[in-house]
Amino acid sequence: MRLDRRAADAVVWLLLLTMPFWLTWIGGYTALGTRVVVLALAAMSLNFLLGFTGVLSFGHAAYFGLGVYGLGLTIKYLVPSSLAGMAVGVIVGTLAAMIIGALIVRLRGIYFAMVTIAFGQVFYFIAYRWNGVTGGDDGLSGWRRLPVDLGFARIDILNSDYALYYWSLFWFAIAVLIMAALLRSPFGRTLLAIRENERRARFLGIPIDRHIWISWTISCLFVSLAGTLYALLNNFADPHDLRWDQSGDFVIMAVLGGMRNFWGPLIGAAIYVVLQDYISSQTENWMSFIGLLFVLVVMFFPRGLLGVLRRRAAP
Amino acid sequence: MSLLEVQNVSRHFGSLVAVNGVSMTVEPGELRAVIGPNGAGKTTFFNMITGFFRPTGGRIVFDGTDITSLLPARRVWRGIARTFQVTEVFPALSVRDNLRIAIEVASGLRLRPFLRRDDQTAVQARVADLLAISNLAPMANRLVGELSHGDQRATEIMMALALKPKLLLLDEPTAGMGDQETYDITQLIRKLHRDQKLTIILIEHDMRVVFHLAERVMVLAQGAVLADGTPQQIAANEAVQTAYLGQAA
Ligand SMILES: Nc1ncnc2c1ncn2[C@@H]1O[C@H](COP(=O)(O)OP(=O)(O)OP(=O)(O)O)[C@@H](O)[C@H]1O
Ligand SMILES: [Mg+2]
Repeated sequence: MRLDRRAADAVVWLLLLTMPFWLTWIGGYTALGTRVVVLALAAMSLNFLLGFTGVLSFGHAAYFGLGVYGLGLTIKYLVPSSLAGMAVGVIVGTLAAMIIGALIVRLRGIYFAMVTIAFGQVFYFIAYRWNGVTGGDDGLSGWRRLPVDLGFARIDILNSDYALYYWSLFWFAIAVLIMAALLRSPFGRTLLAIRENERRARFLGIPIDRHIWISWTISCLFVSLAGTLYALLNNFADPHDLRWDQSGDFVIMAVLGGMRNFWGPLIGAAIYVVLQDYISSQTENWMSFIGLLFVLVVMFFPRGLLGVLRRRAAP
Repeated sequence: MSLLEVQNVSRHFGSLVAVNGVSMTVEPGELRAVIGPNGAGKTTFFNMITGFFRPTGGRIVFDGTDITSLLPARRVWRGIARTFQVTEVFPALSVRDNLRIAIEVASGLRLRPFLRRDDQTAVQARVADLLAISNLAPMANRLVGELSHGDQRATEIMMALALKPKLLLLDEPTAGMGDQETYDITQLIRKLHRDQKLTIILIEHDMRVVFHLAERVMVLAQGAVLADGTPQQIAANEAVQTAYLGQAA
């Protein structure tokens, strides 16, 4: 079983590392791969909280969007540097999450989820209304990602799709490896404990609210990292990136792929992105296909698509 | 110094008085039982000691400090562990992980993002200890949710024990068990009390278990103390017989 999991991990990493090469054979293009990686990072970060702590957030787009706008505004108005933009986006997103998390961490279940939406909408309306700075409804344009200059090397993410893919994959890998390591640590086990039985966890001496707050903060940190990469990919900040339906999309990706499986949200994000790409070229109504697929998965594979594999594999 | 002093605690739920001015003093190393008919307030009494509910009146002093309004986790850190009337475990995790989580929390490792080799060895050794004491070793890698009721309860008791408590509260440890399972759990509790000098308070409906284990028994009825004494005194007490034992017979 442990060997199985290692083998699965190896396959996933291998596929990700070679994606730009095989993606074109099956009719894709490199930027599509980048989109998968970036949205998968967002969905996996959400799932750190949802699948492995048992806390449902419907407001993760807020921190994703703060990453997007943090990067865009920095590059447009402050420093023409992709790295500086990423740093600002992640810091702003994480700080907001720390503060809001502290306010709402006592709530549970649907109440927590509702309040995350409410806070998320606050940021959406700021981006939407503050026309002069954020571009309002039209989004923030008039800026572009810049090549990353590391001193000893220059990564031309502006002109090379490959460079941007591997730049995104690099950050994806760091975030995902950290989350995987955390889930195998004593701290990660306290999160599983909270998910499994909050009462038992509390009476083992785990201060539940504090641990949920840390999990939430880690989750939002990586979501805002994904947001900054998303902004680099699009050269654009869209107020929709902050909105509750974007949050819902992350939840859909996690549930579609299987939220009890570490790689589930990656599969969910891949399906989501590919369907969006193919179907939206045929019909405006691509979201109803995703909706239909979502309903079918929830009805027939309640543990998500990877959940089925797991059950089959079990003796 | 007494380990636990419960002073005149009460708990109201709206107009219902679930516990009404109950006091109890427990010395280190004692094994006490709390009995009483359904709804007598036994679990509520435990809930106030462990911080599940705050008392509406009275005071609770543990190991020299007033803990009346501490959060549950802080009481655990001070040495109070409990099990529940309805088993509370982590069903989708293995027995080993259930124990490991409790051990790691008790060893102050709960916020560690990684484990050093020596800590890991210490945790594993302690898991092995607990498995050996409880005869759960053959099931160590099974999910707790797949085990028999008795083994799940044993796991819960061992999780509480993993916290190295000074005081262990067991709420009906043999509830819903067959004779063999009841016997096994009774032996386990006895062993913990004898070998580890653990102070234990247990709520129990099964009189065989109470008489077999307890040195002193407190009888609650309608939230108040009806009697308090040795098992023999309780068995001979007429008020208890009418209120409780008589009803059961
Ligand atoms: N959270 C609560 N809210 C309202 N009433 C409660 C609550 N907890 C307990 N009660 C009431 O308090 C009384 C005592 O309940 P408690 O659970 O302490 O009894 P018990 O002695 O443990 O009974 P049993 O032997 O059935 O477990 C009951 O009438 C119960 O309905
Ligand atoms: Mg009870």
